[in-house]
Amino acid sequence: MSALLQRSPKKVDPAPPKARVAKGSAGRGTGRRRQENLAAYAFLAPWFLGLIVITAGPLLASLYFSFTDYNLIGDHQWVGLENYERMLSDDRLLSALRVTFVYVFVSVPLQLALALALAMVLDRGVRGLPLYRSVYYLPSLLGGSVAVAILWRQVFGAEGLVNQVLAFFGVQGYGWVSHPDYALGTLIVLNVWTFGAPMVIFLAGLRQVPRMYYEAAAVDGAGPLHRFWNITVPMLTPIIFFNLVLQIINAFQTFTQAFIVSGGTGGPSDSTLFYTLYLYQRGFGSFDMGYASAMAWLLLMIIGGFTAVNFLASKYWVFYGD
Amino acid sequence: MATETKAPAPTPTRTRSARTRRLLTHIGLIGFGLIMLYPLLWMLSSSFKPTAEIFREPGLIPWSFTPSNYTEGWGALQFPFHHYLLNSAIVVAGSIVGNLIGCSMAAYAFARLEFRGKRLFFAIMLATIMLPIHVVIVPQYILFAQLDWINTFYPLIVPKLLATDAFFIFLMVQFIRGLPRDLDEAARIDGCGHVRIFCQIILPLSLPALATTAIFTFIWTWNDFFSQLIFLTSPDMYTVPVALRTFVDSSSQTSWGPLFAMSVVALGPVFGFFLAGQRYLVKGIATTGIK
Repeated sequence: MSALLQRSPKKVDPAPPKARVAKGSAGRGTGRRRQENLAAYAFLAPWFLGLIVITAGPLLASLYFSFTDYNLIGDHQWVGLENYERMLSDDRLLSALRVTFVYVFVSVPLQLALALALAMVLDRGVRGLPLYRSVYYLPSLLGGSVAVAILWRQVFGAEGLVNQVLAFFGVQGYGWVSHPDYALGTLIVLNVWTFGAPMVIFLAGLRQVPRMYYEAAAVDGAGPLHRFWNITVPMLTPIIFFNLVLQIINAFQTFTQAFIVSGGTGGPSDSTLFYTLYLYQRGFGSFDMGYASAMAWLLLMIIGGFTAVNFLASKYWVFYGD
Repeated sequence: MATETKAPAPTPTRTRSARTRRLLTHIGLIGFGLIMLYPLLWMLSSSFKPTAEIFREPGLIPWSFTPSNYTEGWGALQFPFHHYLLNSAIVVAGSIVGNLIGCSMAAYAFARLEFRGKRLFFAIMLATIMLPIHVVIVPQYILFAQLDWINTFYPLIVPKLLATDAFFIFLMVQFIRGLPRDLDEAARIDGCGHVRIFCQIILPLSLPALATTAIFTFIWTWNDFFSQLIFLTSPDMYTVPVALRTFVDSSSQTSWGPLFAMSVVALGPVFGFFLAGQRYLVKGIATTGIK
């Protein structure tokens, strides 16, 4: 590295700026540009291939399959809008949508509120910040794993940890994961538990808020609540927005936790049948690939729609300093 | 509290109240942290308890300490547990190498080179970050089935080599843009081609971004369940998450001890990487917002 640096004392530009700017001149500028084009495409070759074969290609293919009847073995048959029509009268699908929406719109706000609250406490110059940050962040790394989902299944089971603690206080708990009214709640708790990742992002954002705003407000006699609503929140809105978009997209795709806690069924009585879990059951349980593709596209529309609405609404509440 | 707002100057009471407040904050933070981590600590301790005690003992101390859950769990499935650990290790190693190569190449082009369609391709790349895997999984499955790749590790590794984890391209683009351009200009004047600039200047300087990529790839791939569940269907090829899942299915009521023990084994490597790579993790999420 340093040798490389030392070996370049001459400041001779092989392609003078004039030649680089001049369009259409057959000088070295265009040659270099063509060369750079080629080099760029060469560096991007793996990505291009991946785009065609792994992402964009399959994206369009699944749109096509959503208009077909295909079970992997025979040929696929064009059925027009039939899959989409079936979706309208599919009670399990509607139930899966309801479960997923409840999950997203309850767990994400709770998770972000907790993340912001702790970030604010930690931002007050608490000693040992890195340690606290790590401890709170750890669940975010582990929360999506099968092992933690297994743990949840025990902790919220009939004789699980939660009920053992409740019994201590003389309270008789339910089998939370096997009760249709509470099973979804345990998964919401799991998602809220992983508030560490947004918290770290909030912390980074709080660092950017100039201290002098707070000092000026304190001089003017603004109380803590006042300062929170009139300085912290407005200054943080871009970060809140960012976290909101990201966590909503993530939450819509939750799969592992519901799969493990319900043993792949989405039970009890479909109360944890998340959208992606139902998609999995249709696609890879009954190999109804056409229907699964139609479901996948509906999911894409929903996520894309919410993201778009988020971006549009952001004009009214997100404040970009200068 | 009251003393602080009313009297800004007097020293003794003020420092004392500030100190108690700080102490209370710490007690609150530690208490909350303990509640957060309690389930994990309890699972660790329970993995050394006899199964019956797991359902009776909410405390952290394994009074009748026994390592038998580990020996029992290790051999409870069709293959010994290290078989699944090895499979996971292969998938993870392949994914890391794939992401490092594929994503850094694409990032170099986006960050340093001018080419036709750059803005469009960059926008497409960003859009693919948001693309849910569920939308492409069916055609991917059909494609890999036709290639006869189901039940191999290829569907899990080859896409990484093709830079489909666009998150990491974005991370590296951001990082490379922050590197001084003088270095590659100087090298170019010396007659270095793009390959040499990439390999000898950009890559060595991008080590922090590469480390972040490697650590996140490790953790995500190690935890990944959805695609491994779909592409690996024979027990011989199972990775740790898929193996754990069959463990739950086969032993819903009885052997929570061994199940906990193997769950601890499954979480161990993630925890290790977390400890080793904290610096990169925190910086990584703070700059790009990845989870």
